[in-house]
Amino acid sequence: MSEAVTTNGSKAARSQKPSKVAGVADWADSRLGLAGAMKKNIRKVFPDHWSFMLGEIALWSFVVLLLTGVFLTLWFKPSMGETTYSGSYEPLNGIEVSEAYASSLHISFDVRAGLLMRQMHHWAAMLFIAAMLVHMMRVYFTGAFRKPRELNWVIGVLLLVLGTLEGFTGYSLPDDLLSGTGIRAANGFVAAIPVVGTYVNFFLFGGEFPGDSIIPRLYTIHVLLIPGLLLALIAAHMLLLVYHKHTQWPGPGRTNDNVVGFPMLPVYAAKAGGFFFIVFGVTALMGAFLSINPIWRYGPYNPAEVTAGSQPDWYMGWPDGALRIMPGWESHFWGVTLSWNVFIPIILLPTLAIGILMALPFVESWITGDKRDHHLLQRPRDAPTRTGVMVALMTFYGLFWIAGGNDIIAITFGLSINAITHFLRVAVFVGPVIAFIITKRWCISLQRQDNEKLLHGYETGIIMRDASGGYSERHQPLPVDEAYAISARERDQIFQIESSTDENGVEAPGSRAEKVRARLSQAWYGTNVQKPTAAELEEAHHHAEEHDHESDSELAGIASERHEVDPPVRKELPPSD
Amino acid sequence: MTDLENRPDSGVVRHEPEEPIADPGLPPHELRPTDVDEKAERRAERQVAGMFLLSAVFTVLFCVSYFVFAIGDDPTMVLGLGASNVALGFCLGMALLLIGVGAIQWARKLMGDEEIVEMRHPARSSDEDREEAVASLTEGVEQSGIGRRPLIRNTLLLSTGLLGVPAIIALRDLGPLPGDKLYHTVWRKWMRVVQDVTGTPIKPEDLQVGQLVNAQPDVFYRPFNPKDSDGDDLTAAQAEARGEEPLEVPEGVELQQEKAKAATIVVRMEPSDITPSKGREDWGIDGILAYSKICTHVGCPISLWEQQTHHLLCPCHQSTFDLADNGKVIFGPANRALPQLPLMVDPDGYLVAQSDYTEPVGPSFWERG
Repeated sequence: MSEAVTTNGSKAARSQKPSKVAGVADWADSRLGLAGAMKKNIRKVFPDHWSFMLGEIALWSFVVLLLTGVFLTLWFKPSMGETTYSGSYEPLNGIEVSEAYASSLHISFDVRAGLLMRQMHHWAAMLFIAAMLVHMMRVYFTGAFRKPRELNWVIGVLLLVLGTLEGFTGYSLPDDLLSGTGIRAANGFVAAIPVVGTYVNFFLFGGEFPGDSIIPRLYTIHVLLIPGLLLALIAAHMLLLVYHKHTQWPGPGRTNDNVVGFPMLPVYAAKAGGFFFIVFGVTALMGAFLSINPIWRYGPYNPAEVTAGSQPDWYMGWPDGALRIMPGWESHFWGVTLSWNVFIPIILLPTLAIGILMALPFVESWITGDKRDHHLLQRPRDAPTRTGVMVALMTFYGLFWIAGGNDIIAITFGLSINAITHFLRVAVFVGPVIAFIITKRWCISLQRQDNEKLLHGYETGIIMRDASGGYSERHQPLPVDEAYAISARERDQIFQIESSTDENGVEAPGSRAEKVRARLSQAWYGTNVQKPTAAELEEAHHHAEEHDHESDSELAGIASERHEVDPPVRKELPPSD
Repeated sequence: MTDLENRPDSGVVRHEPEEPIADPGLPPHELRPTDVDEKAERRAERQVAGMFLLSAVFTVLFCVSYFVFAIGDDPTMVLGLGASNVALGFCLGMALLLIGVGAIQWARKLMGDEEIVEMRHPARSSDEDREEAVASLTEGVEQSGIGRRPLIRNTLLLSTGLLGVPAIIALRDLGPLPGDKLYHTVWRKWMRVVQDVTGTPIKPEDLQVGQLVNAQPDVFYRPFNPKDSDGDDLTAAQAEARGEEPLEVPEGVELQQEKAKAATIVVRMEPSDITPSKGREDWGIDGILAYSKICTHVGCPISLWEQQTHHLLCPCHQSTFDLADNGKVIFGPANRALPQLPLMVDPDGYLVAQSDYTEPVGPSFWERG
């Protein structure tokens, strides 16, 4: 193939005379000494896969949040001081509202591009959290959290938690009827914290609810405290990503010891940089066409009013759902009140969920005893128990999320809200277990199917009739690249204790924990299907060959569809157009 | 694999049976049409440049729309949507999207697409580095003498540890102490129950059976004058003699705080349907009862009234209260019944409170008992 026509960067750049760029580079490097770090990173390799883009959506929507957020701060007044609204939104003219609400209306109606920026900010926030959630599931399902990346997983969970809090503090700021109802409920949540709840509330709100302090305080948290933490953690997340190098899918030439892909400059600079503009652009289109949080319709906050169907933003939906289906338990003892009905679903459950998420990598590596570095991703089917655990957690989340909309569901489908609630009270416990079992079995049968394909090839859909009248389907071996990608996974090693007692029958220290570990490891891996060995593969191919010759002698007529039985070879594919 | 030696503590015994399929290695690089066909290359170049150019056009259109479309009192409307928002958002979105799509098209079609391979290195430092690091650390700690001088170590721990206390104490003025604020509302004996928003007092005969009225204490609309035992206004001198002062109309924050506790609902039901618990027989007037509007779960104002069943449903978390049965919880996550406001009629025939609520309203809290 002649490279005559291509101008695509195949020629080495050679400078004829000191260019301006070189001058700037020299100036900078003489002071910062960056060349050492840059020579490694400018052409840093990133592997390509669509699922690696999910985290990028989160990153870029965070940038959109910073940009649109700064715009909003130029007009927003974080004050609960009373003012009489006089602006372009006629229905509220002359009404006593807070400065926060009036300035939010001002941004929406009297600042050009103000409504656009408000809506973009809100949409970007939803995108940010949604992308983080999906990115987290991708990382878990593919085993990308394993050593050496456990700490980055923990940072990721913190980012998700902080992002959620950032969202709550943000949508509480406009002081409209809906967000005020959210703050009212938050006041009730804090009140349910044992011992200190009442005091925390009085300090947080500067006295009794609603007071005049909560919005300025939430504002400081929203524009300074949490964004600062988010920035620092995102920086750490990115640095660790660069340091560890990206994980990759196994495949021809892609091993645990290398990383194969495109260089940072120019390909990823263009792709990732371009993707920033796409995320930003899509957010702008959403801000243009999709109305979100129309605070003028809700009206200003009034502690004596509420709208039917009050719901938080979607990411707060699952703890809100837990709150809705929790039975009304409360204990009264020693002159105090403990509100289990609020404390368990809204304080304990989310804390527990965060703890479980953070612990997942460590629990798995303890059970499996696997302390090796992993840079190759696993397909979800190749880790059936892990996949089952995440699907169970998703089911748990999803059922609570449904509970968070139980009133809407009841009205939409004409169901009894009591029946929905009773059903969900049971389902949140039973559902995840069923989901786990189904997922695990499903993964295992997919593993079987993979082995089937490796050993006997894929089904061609060609039905053969032999001389005795029996029918069979022709199988073709997989292309070698595909076959290798399927087989390039590790065999699971069940943790075994060699002997828990010494020759005198004395139990070794810590052997009880080791026994538990061995049992859990058996449960974790025991039912998995392992990939065939070389001998099994050869045996299967040999068998196929014999079978083929048999039918060949009798069915010479369809020789054109001959079953290939030679060891699989890479097929030359025509260049794609 | 490579790191087995790093895990002497692990009980895993590894046997790697022969791999079924050997790594065929990286597939050969395939040339794209733009690599071999000059026409395709030019076309791709034109596409990318075209998108960048179109993006510039949209940016100009954004600037134009900013000045052309009016907002405010008399906004330009297009299909029922604010033209300014739609045009600005659309132009900005397209300007950004076209840069993004153009850049990616450039990367996919024209930039070099040879995959390159980089080797990984374990995150773990080499043994020598570790030893050196530990040695440096030990030397540093040794030279500080912190291990040999417990007096310095302990006093340092004490002094830095104590710094946490001012950090907490300095937050003390974030808010007042709760005191007994959560136990009282602004309601008191003889205070009229008035309609929310309008402030009109309510006579029993104004209410139909099945009707629900959102109510507030009269003091939110006009000052409350102390009354004598028959409900007549005391003169200033009489009031002073009894140690009672007129209540001013609360304003601003104070009004919001009082409203958040005092909001009340008044309902009229068939007297025969009502089953008052002991001591509450005379808390209603001809089937008219008053309850706190603030949910005992987490404090949402309750609003959804089912006339037929006398049930009141909270829109936030669906706690349901039976107003014919002392506000008891019949469904949902709330635990406590809605507090009831004892009612009577004043000499002018208007509904008034017999007293404040007899228990704290709103969500439970630790000290509530």
